[in-house]
Amino acid sequence: MTESALRIAPSGFDVEAVRRDFPILDRKVHDHPLIYMDNAATTQRPRQVVDAMVSYLTEYNANIHRAIHTLGYEATVAYEDAHKKVARFINAKSWREIVFVRNATEALNLVAMTWGQANLRAGDEVVVSLMEHHSDIVPWQILRDRLGIVLKFIPVTPQGILDLEAARRLITTRTKLVGLVHASNVLGVINPAEEIRAMAKEVGALLLLDGAQSIPHLPVDVQSLGCDFFVASGHKMLGPTGIGFLYGRKALLQEMPPFLTGGDMIATVTTEGSTWNELPWKFEAGTSAIAEGIGLGAAIDYLSSIGMENIYQYEKELEHYTLEQLNKCPWLTLYGHRVGEHLAVFSFNVEGAHPHDAANLLDRFAIAVRSGHHCAQPLMTHLGMDNTLRASLYLYNTRAEVEVLVGALQEVRKLLVR
Amino acid sequence: MTEIPNPNQILDVDPLMMDLLLDHYKHPHNFGPLPGADIVHEEGNPSCGDQMRIALKTHDGLIEDIKFEGRGCIISQAAASILTDLMKGESLERVKEFTKDDMLENLGIPIGPMRLKCALLALKVLKSGVYGQAHWPGEEEDE
Repeated sequence: MTESALRIAPSGFDVEAVRRDFPILDRKVHDHPLIYMDNAATTQRPRQVVDAMVSYLTEYNANIHRAIHTLGYEATVAYEDAHKKVARFINAKSWREIVFVRNATEALNLVAMTWGQANLRAGDEVVVSLMEHHSDIVPWQILRDRLGIVLKFIPVTPQGILDLEAARRLITTRTKLVGLVHASNVLGVINPAEEIRAMAKEVGALLLLDGAQSIPHLPVDVQSLGCDFFVASGHKMLGPTGIGFLYGRKALLQEMPPFLTGGDMIATVTTEGSTWNELPWKFEAGTSAIAEGIGLGAAIDYLSSIGMENIYQYEKELEHYTLEQLNKCPWLTLYGHRVGEHLAVFSFNVEGAHPHDAANLLDRFAIAVRSGHHCAQPLMTHLGMDNTLRASLYLYNTRAEVEVLVGALQEVRKLLVR
Repeated sequence: MTEIPNPNQILDVDPLMMDLLLDHYKHPHNFGPLPGADIVHEEGNPSCGDQMRIALKTHDGLIEDIKFEGRGCIISQAAASILTDLMKGESLERVKEFTKDDMLENLGIPIGPMRLKCALLALKVLKSGVYGQAHWPGEEEDE
């Protein structure tokens, strides 16, 4: 750390203390201490999350809901509690508005295939942005082909922010749903959800927010955001893989047909037909990822114990510092980060170096970054971007690590540029 | 530490081999357009945006000249440079016989699963061109 002032901010955020909770950060790769900057892909897990999962697996492992025995009761309470923790974390009105799914992708598919399939008719419009992850594009394309709906894309300005003027034109009285990535996994930009919400409300359209990238880093309040659906993945917010959630307004979830069907999601089954279980179980067919759900609850406890506002402030400082460092390198092309608010997510290229090669070389310095199109090909095409390197930081990253990154990028350039 | 080989070990190889690949990358052999080519094929690798075109001038089933164009990473560019060197003057039958393993062997460095597509792009483009895309039986991507 170059500035101890930042390490212990007035809020009490202590990055060294945070780092001690993540055993993997002690790991060396190619004899160098690991610098993990691929957090937009998946984050690391603190001991507290691993411990909560181990505790379930070794002390009260049982299936949930119908077991009469003690273990079954304990497991059911812990799993339901995890839903309640998510509900409090995002300020949902009721924990029954929280449906556990595998990940944000599954949540988006759930909305498209249940709400979309039941409510959309030929000619209806779904408007998404060009910044969406493929998971908020492909399900709507499938519905477009199936139902004849119209899928429209809000463009992104050359500066890398949402084109609100265009959004105003694109969202019309035929628009039934607006799907928006709350924060971009490529550009790091935080989208003005409230403004889009206002445009959607004006025409009576629903607002779906993809919070996979936002919720790990910012305080989220679904009621003040005014969204109808909000989706996220556990593993991008210190939780395990295989668990994520869908928030939906209760009235909507009640009206929606089920997604996957079978065990757990029914109230009664006869040979003639079935009735559905109460929320959220109506949407959680089959045995759930119980350990993972409990792990997600523990991740939320962990984030809450530090405080999302503190995390946000710390990362904002880190974002500014990183931006300053990257901007000092004239041989580096950085995408976005000019206007608007951003997460510490940076997509860039070293002039003359293929991002795969650069990522390969950075790995020799034990720096983990991503290279490729980041599951957002329409955005890359739109902005004329080739594949890029992406460094995505989180609460355990430090200024010192950013300095190592910049030094390593200089080495990459020396070796690769022809 | 586990025994699993690091998929990214590619650049942790013998520095001499690394220099050789870098040299192919920085100064590729047989690079550029080939006017009068009778076989031209182009393909890309959408997952990394690489694009490659290989052009051949043939006579009586022999490759009189071969050139490639495109952009890509060290591995894909070096592989194309090496492959075109190897195939110049050879028969089209030789191209058909030349396997994935032959390609990897000629690169001379271990290629992890994450870079296999890069290493084999040139061979894929060449074979597709020689067979005519519809007729190439293809090769298993993984053992």
